[in-house]
This record gives sequence, C-alpha cells and structure tokens, in this order.
Amino acid sequence: MIGRLFNFRGGIKPDAHKQESAASPIRPAPLPSRLVVPLRQSTRATSRCLVQPGQRVLKGERIGEPEGTLGTAVHAPTSGTVVEVGLHPMAHPSGLDTRCVVIEPDGEERWIEHAPFDHRAAGRERSLAHLRECGVVGLGGATFPSHVKLGRGSGIDTLILNGAECEPWITCDDRLMRERAPAILAGAAILRELIGARRLIIGIEDNKPEALAAMRSAAAGIEGEVAVVAVPALYPAGGEKQLIRVLTGIEIPYGKLGGDFGVQCFNVGTAHAVHRAFACGEPLVSRVVTLTGNVAAAGNYEVLIGTPIDELLPLARPRSDTDRYLMGGPMMGFALPRLDVPVAKATNCVISASPALFPPPQPEQACIRCGECARACPAELQPFELYWFSRAKNFGKAQEYHLFDCIECGCCAYVCPAHIPLVDYYRFAKSEIWARERDKSAADAARERFEFRNFRQDREKEEKAAKLAAKAAETRAKLASGDDSKAEPTAPAPAAEDPKKALIAAALARAQAQKQEVQPRNTDNLSQDTQAEIADIEARRRQQGTAHAAASPAVAADDNPQ
Amino acid sequence: MIHSPYIRKPASIQRVMLTVLIALLPGIAAYVWQIGAGILVNIVIASVAALAGEAAVLALRRKPVAMALGDGSALVTAWLVALCFPPIVPWWLTALAALVAVVAVKQLYGGLGQNPFNPAMAAYCTMIVAYPALMSQWPAAGQLDFATQLQLILGSTRDLDAITGATALDTMRTGLRVPDATVDSVRQLGAFGLAGGKGWEWLAAGYLAGGLILLATRVITWHMPAAFLTALAIISGAFWLVHPGQFASPLFHLASGGAMLAAFFIVTDPVSGATTPRGKLIFAAGVACIAWLIRSFGAYPEGIAFGVLLMNLCVPLIDMKTQPPVFGHRGGRAP
Repeated sequence: MIGRLFNFRGGIKPDAHKQESAASPIRPAPLPSRLVVPLRQSTRATSRCLVQPGQRVLKGERIGEPEGTLGTAVHAPTSGTVVEVGLHPMAHPSGLDTRCVVIEPDGEERWIEHAPFDHRAAGRERSLAHLRECGVVGLGGATFPSHVKLGRGSGIDTLILNGAECEPWITCDDRLMRERAPAILAGAAILRELIGARRLIIGIEDNKPEALAAMRSAAAGIEGEVAVVAVPALYPAGGEKQLIRVLTGIEIPYGKLGGDFGVQCFNVGTAHAVHRAFACGEPLVSRVVTLTGNVAAAGNYEVLIGTPIDELLPLARPRSDTDRYLMGGPMMGFALPRLDVPVAKATNCVISASPALFPPPQPEQACIRCGECARACPAELQPFELYWFSRAKNFGKAQEYHLFDCIECGCCAYVCPAHIPLVDYYRFAKSEIWARERDKSAADAARERFEFRNFRQDREKEEKAAKLAAKAAETRAKLASGDDSKAEPTAPAPAAEDPKKALIAAALARAQAQKQEVQPRNTDNLSQDTQAEIADIEARRRQQGTAHAAASPAVAADDNPQ
Repeated sequence: MIHSPYIRKPASIQRVMLTVLIALLPGIAAYVWQIGAGILVNIVIASVAALAGEAAVLALRRKPVAMALGDGSALVTAWLVALCFPPIVPWWLTALAALVAVVAVKQLYGGLGQNPFNPAMAAYCTMIVAYPALMSQWPAAGQLDFATQLQLILGSTRDLDAITGATALDTMRTGLRVPDATVDSVRQLGAFGLAGGKGWEWLAAGYLAGGLILLATRVITWHMPAAFLTALAIISGAFWLVHPGQFASPLFHLASGGAMLAAFFIVTDPVSGATTPRGKLIFAAGVACIAWLIRSFGAYPEGIAFGVLLMNLCVPLIDMKTQPPVFGHRGGRAP
C-alpha cells in the first residue's frame, strides 16, 4: 500500500473557486437545436465520415470510422438527421476549422442496439478494439486514445486514477466522483485488468472531502490492492507527471511515458467512460462540463458532444459584464475565439470571465531575476533564464535549459511580480524551434539530394575510368602477347610504351572503329506510315532525277519523328 | 490576445521594493538612535538625486518615466548608498554617488534588471577610490549632535580630525600593524563596544531584524545571508583560533561594519547576484571571503563592496555551472 506521499517541488495555491459549482449535481443539458460533431476527437487523428446529409442516424450510431493507430470512432450523440458534413470552427485558441457532422436532433433520443461487452470473454485485443470502437479517449484534456495507452501489454505495475482536478473553478470530476464513484471504480478495475497492473491508486486533492469519501467507500467493493489517496491541494497536482511523482515518487522525464516506468495514468472521467463502454456497450457521446465563473447559476451538466457552447451558456445565466469565455481552467485554458464552437471530448469547463474576476494583466515590467518563478516551477526549471533566452531568440540555449520540459502550467507567470507573460514567451520559443526544425529538415532533404547527385556523378565517372583502364590493360596484354592477327591497325604500340599513350591509342582506335560502324540511323524505328511516306518521296525524287538528295541528313532529320 | 494564465498573484515589483524599504527601517532607527539623525538627511539627498537622475536618463532614452520611477528600485539603491556611506559626508558626495549608482551603473546598462553590478556597491567603490579621505571619516556613536552633523553635511568648511575617529574595523586594521599590538591591546583604544564598533552592534541588530522581515515575506531566500554570515564566521574564526592575538574574532567581524546590512540587503540583490540555490551559496560565501581578506590585509577599512563587485563578475559562470537538475533529469528512478 501507499507508505507515504512524495512531494513535487514548486506549485502554487491560487484561490480554488470550487464552491461556486461544486454543490450543484450533474444535470443533463437539454437537447440543443443542432449538434456539430467534429470528426477529430482524438489527438492527431481525424475519422473518416460514414454519413451523408439527409441520412437519419440513431443515438450512438457510428458516424466516423477510425483511421490510423491513433484514431477512434465518432458517434452520433443523439438520434436525428444529418443536415450537413462540412468545415466548422473548433473549440481551439486558433479557431481553425475541422470537418464536422451536423445533426438535427429529432428529440426522441433513440439508441442503437447496444449490449454489455464482456471484456474477460472477449480477451484483451478485442476489448481494446471495443474501446476504440466506442470512441473512448482521455477526458482529462489531452484526449489521447485509451486503447493506445492500454496497448502496452506488460510492464505496468501501477494504475493511477487522476481525480486531482487541481485547476481552479472546475468541478466536473469532483461531481462525477461524488455521484458515480462505483461506476468509476468498476471502470478502473477493467482498466487495471486490461493493462495488467497489480495495484490501483486514486489521487484526489484534499479539498474534495466528499469525493474522497465516496471513492473510498466505493473502493471497498473492488478486489485487489486499491488505495484512495488525498493529495495536498497544490496546483498543478493534477498534472500527470506531478501526480505520479506525488503518489509513487517516480519522476517521468520529458519524452518518456508513464508506461516506461511501470505506471499508467487515466482520468476518472475516462474510467467512467470505460465502464459505460463495457457495462452497457455505450459509446462516448457525452461528458460532464462545468459552467461557472461570472454566472448566476453555476453548475455541472451532462452535455452531448457537439453541443454548441452558445446553446449551453444560457443554462448558467452569465452576468451582463461577462467579457469573454474561457474553456478549461484559468491556468491552462484559453479564451474562446467564438461561441458557436461545439463541446468536444476535452471540454471540461466553460468559465464566464469578467474584468472583475479575471482582471486584465498589468503592464509588463523588467525582470529582476528574483527567482519567484523558479521556486514555483513544478518542472524545476529556471523560468527566468528561459525567458531571457526566448526574448533574445537564443533558442539553442533555451533548449539547453530544458525549454521542452516546460508543461505550460502557468505557475511562473502566476507568481511573477513583474507581470511578465512568461508562458507566452515559451510558447513562442517552442513554435519557433518547431518551425526551424521543419525548415531544417526540408533543407537537409535538399542537401542530401544534392550530395547524392554529386556522389552519383562521381561514381559514374569512376566507373567509366575503371572500364577504360580495364580495356587499356586488355589491349596492352594483347599487344604484349604478339598476337597481331587481331591487333587494331592503328595501335601498333610496343608493350613497353607509356600506359597513358596506350590508353589514348586504344580510344582512338575504338572511335575510328565506331565511326566506320555507325551508319545514319535516323531513319530507324519509324512508323509504317512514315516509312510509306518516305518511300513515296523517294519514288518522286527518283522520278525527278534528284535521287542523290535522299541521303541528305537535313531532309532525314525533318522526317525524324524523334 | 491575452493567453493563460488568466489569474495572477497580487504581487508586483513595487511591493517587493516597498518591503525592502520597510525592512530597512529598524536598521535606520538604530542608526538615528546610536549615530545621529544626520543619516536621514543623507537618505533624502540620495533619494532626490537618484530619482532625478533616473527620470533624466529615462527621458533621454524616451522611456516611460512614471512607471520606472514608481517601481521603487531607485529608492532602494539610494537608501543603500546613504546607509553604507559615512553619515557626515558632504551632500554633493552622496548626491554624486546616487547619480553614479542609478545613471552609470543601472540606466546605462539598460535600466532595471539589466545591470551586471550592484549599483550601490559600485557607487561606494567609486567614491572610496575617488575620495578616500572623505569616505573614511566616521563619527563615533553619540559623538556628534544633529546640528553638527547637518553642518558637516551641508556646510562648506570641514574640520574633521577633532570630531571623527576611525571605525572599529579601521582601528583594528591599522592598530594591528603597530609592532607588538594584539587584538586585546587595540580594543583598549576605544571605538569598540560589546561585540563590534561602539554602538554599531545596535545597527547590526536592526539590520538583522529587517533581514528577518525579508525572509518572512519571502523577498529573499535563506541562501545568501546564511552563506555570507557562515563563511565570514568560518574564515575569521579559523584565523582567530590559530592566532587570537593577530586576528579579530568572528563575532567582531559579524557585528562590525556593514556585515549585517550586506548579508540581508546587499549580497541579496537579485539583479546582479547569482540566481540558482547553489550559486547563491557560492556567491555570498565568495563575497564574505573577499571582504575578510580586504578587512584583514587590504588597504581599505571595509571590503564588502569590492567583494560584491568581484563576485558580480563571476555570476554568469556561477549560474551556468550550478544549474539545478530539472524534474525527471536526476538520472534513474527517483524513489
């Protein structure tokens, strides 16, 4: 069992603001007038569309076929009619478009046939395929496909369930744990079996006593080694690497995965979705979303994937001084560029922001190297050094100082007394480095092509020279043997002569021989029509007594189809 | 577009600087009580000169004047300049030093956060090299009343030999050069109190109290003061144990001169000092060792300023060589 908790260094304690929405139970959000379901629901993989406009679909029907290893299926969140398949803006800071299926609900919520799926009878491979078919991805925010994370068949000792929920304002996981703890633990038990882990640890921040109690009592019904652990409420305790560190003491470096160290981490919401997928055979078509911030009625809602945010917001009744909406928490979330974007599987929270709640940042001052950022950084970086290097565009140095270990949690910018938007500098540096890497690999490819061309030309030259030398040697050998019956008439050189001269002589002889052999060949390979035409011309010429011109190369060349 | 994080801790550079100024108050109070109120005049002179100098340069550089003046960093520099100068230096010397600190050492390098050297210490070194006589005249505790101090600061005539003595550090340094002199015999000369210079123990206590305020408010970390005071105690203690007659005790070193002021307010300057935890230890210990060497063998009564400047030079190297390991890069599995 858990002997003791470990610490991660750094971290901050911003106001939690959980009480606004934590008390309100999960309620189903009403059916929106239309659903915009993105075909891209898991990282780096877009599903192939299976439906056409005008087609009727049932709730849970597959509308997107998974493609590639990272692909997961996409399903109709309710029954209705597909009205459009096209590009729509996404809930992403860029506001970029992605292919979406727009469904007009018929209000009947008619399900497709679905039945429980026995993971023990089906075996591991088929169970993972079932998860992929059910569109289960990580609901903590990264939407990494769960079947891929479970794909590592061995070497996992510990399964960690992430119920930390360290970002301020968000309470969707808290409510889920309070209300559906047995389902979460049933899902966790399946995950543990599928991944072959021995023990299960559930980490929950200690500012959620109700969730802790609910999960503890539910955990009593689960076989094997299970521990529900209260972790200190210190942002970002819910960061995967931070939580693994706190619960197991293992530090996962940049570029490594938990699986490399025998631990794998899933969000509690994911475990719940896994339970639904196996116990009921339901695909992932909804999730819990917290609506909070500058609103009259903060709360948690079970929201269908694809529900436009602007149809969801009235449920919370945002106050009139709301100036923008944040998706995610205030530490790592982003301001929505527009409100007609749909809820995706990663959408855990929408916060109404007002100048009073989230005041505009104060003007940036000079960095005095006070080191507050370094003390707050959970990745134990020296953020101010990264800032100086990023500012100076000294990206090599920034990488040397482990820029890519930065998890963009925002702790450094939160504590900076000079109000420097530090994370923005790191994002800038990272994107510049990526852009330069792309440029560099393009340049590398071009250089490789050029170098190979040079290499090929050199090789051909060498081969020619070698052939020539071999022939010259052959000639010399023949001459030396005194066999003059086959000797070239122009090469009566004595054997003792300079090999270079022999070479030249041989080449000259060959050239002459070739000249003698070569006939005008530009009338070869002609089509029959052309030959017939030529014959006609020849005949006419003979009649006119100008047959001597027939061999003229100029005339022949004109007829040459090449 | 404004990006995450959307919330900020209520912290600012003004607040940091204001905390430093407040933390200086116990030391200043002890100064006024033991030495005289003249120091307050010097603080005002230095502050006015520093603010005026900074405003002028900012205007020349076409930078927003109000924001930079408002950050309070010029005031901190000015107060430190005034506190480490003799309290009876003529007004123009204080003003000149404040200008040197703010204009030459800080603004010419690009303003707040850019200067490689500690402005107050650079000004101190400049002045003690340029005006060694004026910079060495310290009144003994309680020796001069406020009117006399004011007259010395603002007046034009100076008849100093009659009214000033050397500091305890200076007396010790020159006294020990006399053949057959020992620490004990030198200490008979006056100018000495219980631990350090007469009355100066109170100043040291005041600065210590201010330092504790800075530690409690997390403006500074423990590394620099601890390393500075420990290194000074160890190096002076080692020589004192071997030759108690020839070297002053650690207690004397810690309680004399600017040791406490330096430990909490001067070596801890974040801009020009080392930044990594181990680097801070090395930096502060280096300052202490250089200060002790100059105090014991050098030509100047106090060596902290030179120690700070010399160590400032080493900061890039120290920082580079003491980068702490990053999360997950400590090698192998941690637990």
